[in-house]
Amino acid sequence: MSHRIRIVGLADGLLAPENASFEVRGDEHLLCGMERLGRRGIPVGCRGGGCGVCKVQVVAGSYHTRKMSRDCVSSTEETQGYALACRLYPDTDLDIRVVGKMGRAFTKAGPSPSQGGDSVTAGKSPAFDMSWRN
Amino acid sequence: MALTGVLRPGHVALRVLDMEASIHHYTQVMGLLETARDDKGRVFLKAWDEHDHHSVVLREADSAGMDYMGWRVDSNATLEKFAKDIEESGLASDLSWVAAGEHPQTGRRFRFTTSTGHVMELYAEKGKVGNGMPTLNPEIYPDGLKGMSPSRFDHCLLYGDDLDNTMKLFIEILGFTLTEQVIAGPDKLVISAFMTCSNKPHDVAFIRQPCKGKFHHASFLLDNWGEVLKAADLISRNRVSLDIGPTRHGITRGETIYFFDPSGNRNEVFSGGYISYPDRPVLTWTDDELGRAIFYHDRKLNEAFLSVVT
Repeated sequence: MSHRIRIVGLADGLLAPENASFEVRGDEHLLCGMERLGRRGIPVGCRGGGCGVCKVQVVAGSYHTRKMSRDCVSSTEETQGYALACRLYPDTDLDIRVVGKMGRAFTKAGPSPSQGGDSVTAGKSPAFDMSWRN
Repeated sequence: MALTGVLRPGHVALRVLDMEASIHHYTQVMGLLETARDDKGRVFLKAWDEHDHHSVVLREADSAGMDYMGWRVDSNATLEKFAKDIEESGLASDLSWVAAGEHPQTGRRFRFTTSTGHVMELYAEKGKVGNGMPTLNPEIYPDGLKGMSPSRFDHCLLYGDDLDNTMKLFIEILGFTLTEQVIAGPDKLVISAFMTCSNKPHDVAFIRQPCKGKFHHASFLLDNWGEVLKAADLISRNRVSLDIGPTRHGITRGETIYFFDPSGNRNEVFSGGYISYPDRPVLTWTDDELGRAIFYHDRKLNEAFLSVVT
C-alpha cells in the first residue's frame, strides 16, 4: 500500500510546481519516500525528529506521527497539521506545504576566492553569513 | 606531571526522544558499553578503552540536543581553583555545584554556562572501572567488542553566538590552547575556534552562529581509516541516518564520517589528526577556503552539515 504525497506550497509562500509529488510506501516516513525516489522539495536534515528542517504542514489527508522534538513542533502546531516529514507516516494520500528551511549558515554570494584559489569553487565561493551580528 | 589542569572531555550528556532506540544505536551500532542506569531513567555508557565509569549520559526528553559536557580536572585543588577563577572572571553564568553521587561513581561537579549558552562542568573524581583488560601485562583490546567500537569519547562541536567570551573562558581561565581558527570578512572575525586542553587537534570546537547552546556533534575516536570505512558499512547495514563521509577534514586532518542518532543528534567517528603541543603555531583558515577546510576532498561547503543542529 502506498500513498501519493503532493507538495502544494513551499516555505515563504512560494507555489510548488504542478508535478511536485511522490509515492510513499506504507512502511516508510514521508522524507524516506522522497529521498528513495531521488525527489526534492523538503529539506533533509537529521531524519530523526530532532533538528526540524523537514517541517511540513499537512493540509489534506490523514496520517500518524512518531515522537518529534518539542523545540521544532509545539503541541498547538501539532493540532494544526504541522509535523516533521521524517516522523510522518501517511494513512491516505496527502497534500502538504513545506514549512522547514535549511538554516542559512552561509551566503552563496561570498567574496571571490583569492588568486591561486581552488578552481572548483572559484566564482561561487560561499561565505559565512554574519549579517545577524549587525 | 606535564599535562595538568583540565585533563580531558570526560562526558557528554545528550537528550534523546526514544531511549530504547538510542540504547540500541549507542551500544549495538556504535558499540559503547552500558555501565549504569539510575532512578531518573538515565543511561550511562563508555567507550571500551576508557577507564572511567562513563563518558556518555542519555536522558529521555521531549527535545534532542546536549544537556551538558563534563571535563575531568587533575585534582580537587584544581577543581576549587577553577571554580573560583571562573566566578571571578565573570565569563560564565549560572554557577553551581552538583553534589557528589548525582552521577554514579562521580565526585561533585562545578557547573557553569558559557556565553555561547553551553552548560559545562568540571569534576575531579570518577570511578575507574577499567577497559576490560588487566593493567599488568595486558592485551591490546578486549574480546566481544561490537559495532564501530571507538576507543574513547573525543570532543564536541558546538554552536553559539558569543564566541569571543567563550574562547576567553577556555583559553585564559581553563588553560586551553587554540589550535585552529576560521576567520571571515575584512575585519577577520573569528567564526570558528578549535581548542585543546591536551595534545589533540581539538577537545572542543565552536562555531559562531546566532543561537545559544546548540549541539553540532559528539565525536568518538577510531584507530584508522579502515575502521572509518567499516563504520560506514555499519551505518548502511543498520539503516542509520548518514550525514556525510567517509571523507577527510582539512581542519584537524581527521578521517571522518558523520551520522545521526535516532533522535537526530549528530555523531562522528574519526581517526588521525596530529599532535599539538602548546607552542604549535595556530592554523588559520579564511572563509573563502572553508569548503576545503571542512571537507578536504569535496572542497565544497555542505549546507546540511553546517546548518543542521539539535
